[in-house]
Amino acid sequence: MEKQFTEVRWHGRGGQGAVTAAKVLAETALSSGKYVQAFPEYGPERMGAPLRAYNRLSDTPISIHCQVTNPDVVVVVDPTMIGTVDVTDGTGNNTLFVINTNENAGQVKEKLGLDKQKLYTVNATKIALETIKRPIPNTPLLGALAKVSGLINIDDLLADLEKNFSKKFTEQIVTANLNAVKRAYEEVAGE
Amino acid sequence: MWERLYIASGNRLPIIMTTVNRALSAPINIHCDHSDAMGARDAGWIQLYSENAQEAYDNLIQAVRIAEHRDVRLPVMVCMDGFIISHSIERMEMLDDMPVRNFIGPFKANYPLLDINNPVTYGPIDLQDYYIEHKRQQAEAMKLAGPVILEIGKEFGETFGRSYGFFEGYMLDDAELVIVGLGSSTGTVRSVVDELRAKGIAAGLLKLRTFRPFPAHEIAAAIGGAKAVAVLDRSDSFGAYGGPLFSEVRSALFGKNDAPPVVDYIYGLGGRDFGIADVHGIFDDLQDIVQNGAPEDEVQYITVRE
Repeated sequence: MEKQFTEVRWHGRGGQGAVTAAKVLAETALSSGKYVQAFPEYGPERMGAPLRAYNRLSDTPISIHCQVTNPDVVVVVDPTMIGTVDVTDGTGNNTLFVINTNENAGQVKEKLGLDKQKLYTVNATKIALETIKRPIPNTPLLGALAKVSGLINIDDLLADLEKNFSKKFTEQIVTANLNAVKRAYEEVAGE
Repeated sequence: MWERLYIASGNRLPIIMTTVNRALSAPINIHCDHSDAMGARDAGWIQLYSENAQEAYDNLIQAVRIAEHRDVRLPVMVCMDGFIISHSIERMEMLDDMPVRNFIGPFKANYPLLDINNPVTYGPIDLQDYYIEHKRQQAEAMKLAGPVILEIGKEFGETFGRSYGFFEGYMLDDAELVIVGLGSSTGTVRSVVDELRAKGIAAGLLKLRTFRPFPAHEIAAAIGGAKAVAVLDRSDSFGAYGGPLFSEVRSALFGKNDAPPVVDYIYGLGGRDFGIADVHGIFDDLQDIVQNGAPEDEVQYITVRE
């Protein structure tokens, strides 16, 4: 039976905002009328510990409540995950990869042993350092994801981020995050 | 905390407790299973289980009416799966405050402590003279809770568009292979039922909402015609013959003509993932039982390394 929804798996480390990114992705998709799930894989929560977070996005209600084992989209938030955890686990030829790295798509594909899959890279850490002034690559990655995945629209993302982040952060931080999203949207590149 | 639960129900206090189901230590674990609520199943609380955030929300609103109903006056646990539901984000519909307020109505104390013209004693000692009469009344209240749960579930549906009963049958009417479960994993089962139905296999699901009071007759009527039944238990009752849900379901069917064989799967303890492949494995087993009869080992542990 054909899958009714898109499944996303995030690989990051504690403190980089992967869990928040999954949450923002769900909320943005929700505001555009989709059915959503966002759930992190909670372990002992430590800064720097490898973690995964997941999304399901669908036009129809989602009834399953289990782990994502065959993701349609894989987002790597931390470049050091490559080679340390199997970010290709359960993926297929149609899986889309979005990687935070200073390398180009061809180099990363070779490292991961990928061939036909679509893979895009963006230097989200650099963008974050230059805009937000902190190495939190989550929001730029959402911008990249909006560009290459078609899961969310960039305008919806910016509107949703502004609304949600304004509750918690200063205007300066909110603007920096929006700029980070826009830059990654422009800079993300395939082969 | 167990005796406090008994004190709440014995004092007939209409307390509502959201129970975010988690495993019990040791070893230390914070993830989902039903050991906590199932361990409290004899404590005299009504127990409603929820599949998702929407049901947890809807159950909580109805719980107030059920608990405060004058025939009932018992505490209610509204159970939802820890982490799987409690710490994840999903879409749900919230209701406006006023319609909910109107649905619930005002609280009316039967014997208010502050009514100085009619003084009453709360929590007195009650020994051989009356204790058993009070426990008998509690049992009666639990029995009377059944029709009240149905009535309020129906009224909730008429008011807000989502009806609730003791359980929800999915593709159950002509089902030959049936899974009985509760909580978030039943949604995963439902998606597999759809897959199997598309292949012409008569699979079905009974998702239990009301575990206390246990709707034994209704369950027997709903699944008595199946050819094989699997029960999913997300908790163990060490030393018992199967998990808590299995014991109840099997007991409900016992002595009925042509009752189907019932097997138990204890799964997902401590939050261990229970996926689509696991559900397929259970339906495969049920097909095998229909052809070759029930296995000697009726209680199995799955999603476990052995």
